[in-house]
Amino acid sequence: MDQMIFAAEIFLNGLMTGVMYALVALGFVLIFKASGVFNYAQGVLALFAALTLVGIQQGQVPFAHMINAVFGTHVEHFGWTVPSVLAIILTGAVMVLLAFLIEKLVLQHLVGQAPIILFMATIGLAYFLEGLGDVMWGANIKNLDVGLPQGISESIEGVTANWFGYGFFIDRLDIWATVIAALLVAALVAFAQYTKQGRAMRAVADDHQAALSVGISLRFIWVMVWSIAGFVALVAGIMWGTKSGVQFSLSLIALKALPVLMLGGFTSIPGAIVGGLIIGVGEKLFEFFIGPMVGGATENWFAYVLALLFLVFRPQGLFGERIIERV
Amino acid sequence: MLYREAGDFKTSYRADGQTFPIRLDRWAYYAAIAVAFLIVPFIINDYWASAVFVPFLIYAIAALGLNILTGYAGQVSLGTGGFMAVGAYAVYKLMTAFPEISIVIHILLAGGITAIVGMLFGLPSLRIKGFYLAVATLAAQFFLVWLFNKVPWFYNYSASGQINAPERTILGFAVSGPAASASTKYLVCLVFAFVLAWVARNLTRGTSGRKWMAIRDMDIAAEIIGVNPLAAKLSAFAVSSFFVGIAGALLFSVYLGAAEVGEAFGINKSFLVLFMIIIGGLGSIFGSFAGAAFMVLMPVLLKNLLVGGFGWPTDLAAHIELMIVGALIVFFLIAEPHGLARLWALTKEKLRLWPFPH
Repeated sequence: MDQMIFAAEIFLNGLMTGVMYALVALGFVLIFKASGVFNYAQGVLALFAALTLVGIQQGQVPFAHMINAVFGTHVEHFGWTVPSVLAIILTGAVMVLLAFLIEKLVLQHLVGQAPIILFMATIGLAYFLEGLGDVMWGANIKNLDVGLPQGISESIEGVTANWFGYGFFIDRLDIWATVIAALLVAALVAFAQYTKQGRAMRAVADDHQAALSVGISLRFIWVMVWSIAGFVALVAGIMWGTKSGVQFSLSLIALKALPVLMLGGFTSIPGAIVGGLIIGVGEKLFEFFIGPMVGGATENWFAYVLALLFLVFRPQGLFGERIIERV
Repeated sequence: MLYREAGDFKTSYRADGQTFPIRLDRWAYYAAIAVAFLIVPFIINDYWASAVFVPFLIYAIAALGLNILTGYAGQVSLGTGGFMAVGAYAVYKLMTAFPEISIVIHILLAGGITAIVGMLFGLPSLRIKGFYLAVATLAAQFFLVWLFNKVPWFYNYSASGQINAPERTILGFAVSGPAASASTKYLVCLVFAFVLAWVARNLTRGTSGRKWMAIRDMDIAAEIIGVNPLAAKLSAFAVSSFFVGIAGALLFSVYLGAAEVGEAFGINKSFLVLFMIIIGGLGSIFGSFAGAAFMVLMPVLLKNLLVGGFGWPTDLAAHIELMIVGALIVFFLIAEPHGLARLWALTKEKLRLWPFPH
């Protein structure tokens, strides 16, 4: 009986983690749908966004380490702090600028290349951004606090203690993350369905040439999509950064989002969410039931193996478009 | 005027199909081999061996292996680090279990074991294609690293969880362990790289290579003209993993001497080897060597320049290096998606016409 209650708690926590995975996966899906680019840099975008946010918030001097090394000065901080909301808006602006630069400097020159070349380019981009983030803001682990509530949720603990005689431990941050992620997804779906730009985005996703022929600017759509992905990365960066500090390992959540994508299908927004939930719950429960038998830390690979086995039976993922091949 | 086919008469099919049809190329090749085997071993010192030559040769073998899979057979793999780990742990178990057998046999066997593991993880490639496969190979990467970390049998229950290469000799010269000299390490790696490159060249221009390339260009079409996709894909995975396994075995036993699996064979190693074949050129033997040389030399040069030349702190230099690597990859993909090998081929085309370009 106790085992089942623990499992239920882990199930809930898994759902929350799954939402976080889905958040990162969402950025991938958006870009993949609109431009056919498999954006490996999504995780690093999240890291970069979080670093920039902390940097702006705390008034750090960009490239301080490099400036000090070159000129022998000792600048670190401007000496002011920026309120969270303003810092988030500024970071959003930086992400839009970044999207514009990526389109201008990288994607524009790679139009019409094989998908694998574009994928490799985003790996290069990921390396570049990782280095840039460290050079700009320093590589030390930073605390990110934008005023999101943290710590155990007493109300849930109280309610479950009444029901089961055992209080569930659920972080309030996770609940907030779930709510924000759900809102974000709803907003994105509404944007794609009901606005002019959203329709144009779906048209580009359907067929680049047909979209061009009816007068949709491909470049604008790409900049827009990368900006949205940057924004999603910012939200993911805030959530993960608040949870576990802003550090290099933040970019590794991209690697966690990949199996989510495989499971859900690369082209489906609902797929990213359902896949995220399945993987979040699956890896936690697997670690709980099977983990102790094989030495633990199964979370590193469980998601991949699950996705791999799943794909063998359904190669396009849960909700992906059916792959039709012609000779 | 020297660089011409003209006047170099081919009188047999064998001569007609040779790898270097131009006489000057052949001489350059023989000269490079002679320098590598006869001159470098006598002048090499510890710094050059451990910073440049030994890693270059080992990564060239890994790049050859990945190039066979990705460049020739078109199956993108991000599991290279995991397969290198298989080679390293296989050679470690063999070295410690059968100390009386030559290390050369151990390294070859380690390659064979990796080939079997590679085939196992290659099985899904029959159903899964493209990006889905690339991500699926990450399963191999993470699962294998976890396995070697968690099962004590693989590291002989050592307290640190590390594996340490015991001293082994070939013809009386120590090749692994602290007593091994720079030139023996270099020579062992050179012999492996030379033989394996020869094997790769001849595999890829023969029947199996053509089958791989047919699968790469379009697997359904290849199946229709009679290429068995099961055999072609699995053989590509097997041969590729054999190469990668040998690279891993050499990396551990000859180069590193001691290894911790997450550090030495993590996901970054997979990307490193992938970058080598992109920058060098997909589907090219020369490209594998060029890419490996580039990716091994560039950090050494950058470090010497930034830390030695400008006196910047090492952590800053490391971050700048990351940026430069990333930017270079993007630059190469934009400027020349087919890599250094393509640049080399273009140069040769130009040379053939020089000095009369019309």
